Amino acid sequence: MDQQRAPIYEALVRFKNVRVVPFDVPGHKQGKETPELTAFLGEQCMKVDANSMKQLDFLSHPVSVIKEAEELAAEAFGAHHAFFIVNGTTQAVQAMIMTAAKRGDKIIMPRNVHKSVINALIIIGAVPVYVNPSISSELGIPLGMALADVEKAIIQNPDAKAVFVNNPTYYGICPQLKAITDLAHKHNMLTLVDEAHGTHFYFGKNLPVSAMAAGADMAAVSMHKSGGSLTQSSFLLLGKKMNVGYTRQIISLTQTTSASYLLLVSLDLARKNMALNGREIFSRVCELSQYARDEVNKIGDYYAFGREIINGDSIYDFDVTKLFVNTLKIGLTGFKVYDILMDEYNIHIEFGDAANLIAFISVGDRKQDLERLLSSFAEIRRRYKKDKTVYEREIAQDYIQPELAVIPQEAFYGNKKSILLKDSAGHICCESVISYPPGIPILAPGEKITKDIVDFIEYAKERGYLLIGAEDKSFERINVLEGK
Amino acid sequence: MQLWYSEEQTPHVEFSIKIDKQLYSGKSEFQRIDVFDSQEFGRFLTLDGFMQLTEKDEFIYHEMITHVPMAVNPNAKNVLVIGAGDGGVIRELTRYKTIGQIDLVEIDKMVVDVCKEYLPSTASCFDDKRVNIFYEDGLRYIRRYENKYDIIIVDSTDPFGPGEGLFTKEFYGNCFQALTDNGIMVNQHESPFYEKDAAAMQRAHKRIVENFPVSKVYQAHIPTYPSGHWLFGFAAKTLHPIKDLNAEKWNALGLKTKYYNTNLHRGSFALPTYVEDLLKDVENAE
Repeated sequence: MDQQRAPIYEALVRFKNVRVVPFDVPGHKQGKETPELTAFLGEQCMKVDANSMKQLDFLSHPVSVIKEAEELAAEAFGAHHAFFIVNGTTQAVQAMIMTAAKRGDKIIMPRNVHKSVINALIIIGAVPVYVNPSISSELGIPLGMALADVEKAIIQNPDAKAVFVNNPTYYGICPQLKAITDLAHKHNMLTLVDEAHGTHFYFGKNLPVSAMAAGADMAAVSMHKSGGSLTQSSFLLLGKKMNVGYTRQIISLTQTTSASYLLLVSLDLARKNMALNGREIFSRVCELSQYARDEVNKIGDYYAFGREIINGDSIYDFDVTKLFVNTLKIGLTGFKVYDILMDEYNIHIEFGDAANLIAFISVGDRKQDLERLLSSFAEIRRRYKKDKTVYEREIAQDYIQPELAVIPQEAFYGNKKSILLKDSAGHICCESVISYPPGIPILAPGEKITKDIVDFIEYAKERGYLLIGAEDKSFERINVLEGK
Repeated sequence: MQLWYSEEQTPHVEFSIKIDKQLYSGKSEFQRIDVFDSQEFGRFLTLDGFMQLTEKDEFIYHEMITHVPMAVNPNAKNVLVIGAGDGGVIRELTRYKTIGQIDLVEIDKMVVDVCKEYLPSTASCFDDKRVNIFYEDGLRYIRRYENKYDIIIVDSTDPFGPGEGLFTKEFYGNCFQALTDNGIMVNQHESPFYEKDAAAMQRAHKRIVENFPVSKVYQAHIPTYPSGHWLFGFAAKTLHPIKDLNAEKWNALGLKTKYYNTNLHRGSFALPTYVEDLLKDVENAE
């Protein structure tokens, strides 16, 4: 196929040129009804914010330009089929879970899955089997699933339908995807891969293996992260043995019937750009991020980690396109450095946790902007460095093995009551508690609350860790199942 | 035939010079570089179309950015110049026998090469054995040094192109770190007159004040820069630009200048009221 083509884009250009008189939705009528919005977003943008029609195809039942665009995308990603997703990668992840499992079915997954996975389990009533991703005590981040741990889970749960894998994790860590995939297939399980942070694996050179290349069955790919499409647009990729029609039905369960052509065309053009220029783009990104790593490590105390952390198993590979910086040795948390960068230096980075920073680097970054980031790191060290490394000890806490008492769906929809966290040991939790660090859930719906867990949450609060997921944002109270 | 160079100083104001001929036009990795010859101003250099210097009035800028800090700290041995690929600041500095080392950091080698060929009157001293040239981003260069330089001269372009990083808080902080205890940083400080320049001037001042205990501003009259009214920043760890002026020692050097003298030095720190107000605005913020 000709990757120079962009069928949805071409159809929208044709649509715009014939100057269709719209007596349909959207009601803004190509922006004429909304002068302020049109001035802000641009006339061009409003004119192609169109409704589905024969000339533009239908996302839920594609027969022409969207079908062609899907085929081009599938080829570009080396997939059997590619779905255009407009409800975020969250929808792509949920479609994977819902395709693979039904009520009561088990899915093996690492504890540090994205919350969209847990939410999908809640929706369909599937059962998680968690594999402990080990935690690096040096860096304070969760790693990938070790192959032996996956195998153990498979053997203990031969009835599981699928193995779910993060490729990579939020912190750029890749497990042994190919080996896990082969193992799952040997046991008649599907491999579902969350590649929200892995779009570039399909296009760059010398990057970790992608799900489709590893032979996985489904992958959710956030094209809007490193692929350059608009926020909320994404691809769901299928491997050879999957049934395209069934997955399309699954997607339709939660997909809008008014898909945005702005999102669709952004996916179409981003795919074209990646297919044609991806290799060059990511080789440039790798150069920039390697330069940044080297410069950060020259400043002293900061540790910008790279491929040297690879260990053959739980860190089988590492995504070098992003800049990860460990801040423990300057005695400041990643949160603090994140805040100083924004408040004092006007620099916004992707994320900071108790021990690390993540800076997202793309081909849009100019060298001089990187210099600003690097010089700010040097300044923050000069001005704020603390003698004592206060946070080192606590990162290395033990993994708390969850105990699933009831399935997530039952806990989430069950009769619940709000009680004080300190009195909650022994109860069954109805919500999630996720702490950064270590960036994995401490509790998910349906799990038994233990004293260790209560202690950890209290401790995390005291230390100022980022805690999310519960209804009560202060984490004084927690929702538990009544009568259990 | 009439050939004119015009610079849009604001969207509603243009400044034009009649051109005899264009001597050079090229594009580097960072910017477009042009050299023209004119009846009124002699040869002049523009970057991305913006006036950098003319043979007729460059002495004002280069004398004021160099001799002011040198007269406050005539013992300066190590001097760093950032930007200044035209060589004008270097030319003034090499006149001081007491300076042992002059490091020049210029991001764009092509500027130096073009100036050497077409503007020999400013680019005349690059071969002085005390001068070391580093072709890299000033922001990158400066962050590795501590307590190294007695004077840092920031001869940057406007903060809207490759010079942007030289107007940031991190850059001024890195300069502070690279200076000795008697260190002085002098910088091209934009103009207070037109709105956009004034805003850049205020931002720069704010970020310098945040980093340096002593932060003063002085002015000069530069006919070919927007409004002709131009400012320089004087920032130091301890030295005061007037109280610590060593006029006697500087005058004893017997350097011949066309614009700078030690009386003007004192006077150049006396600013118009509206400029003082603009500076106070950002000093008092927070």
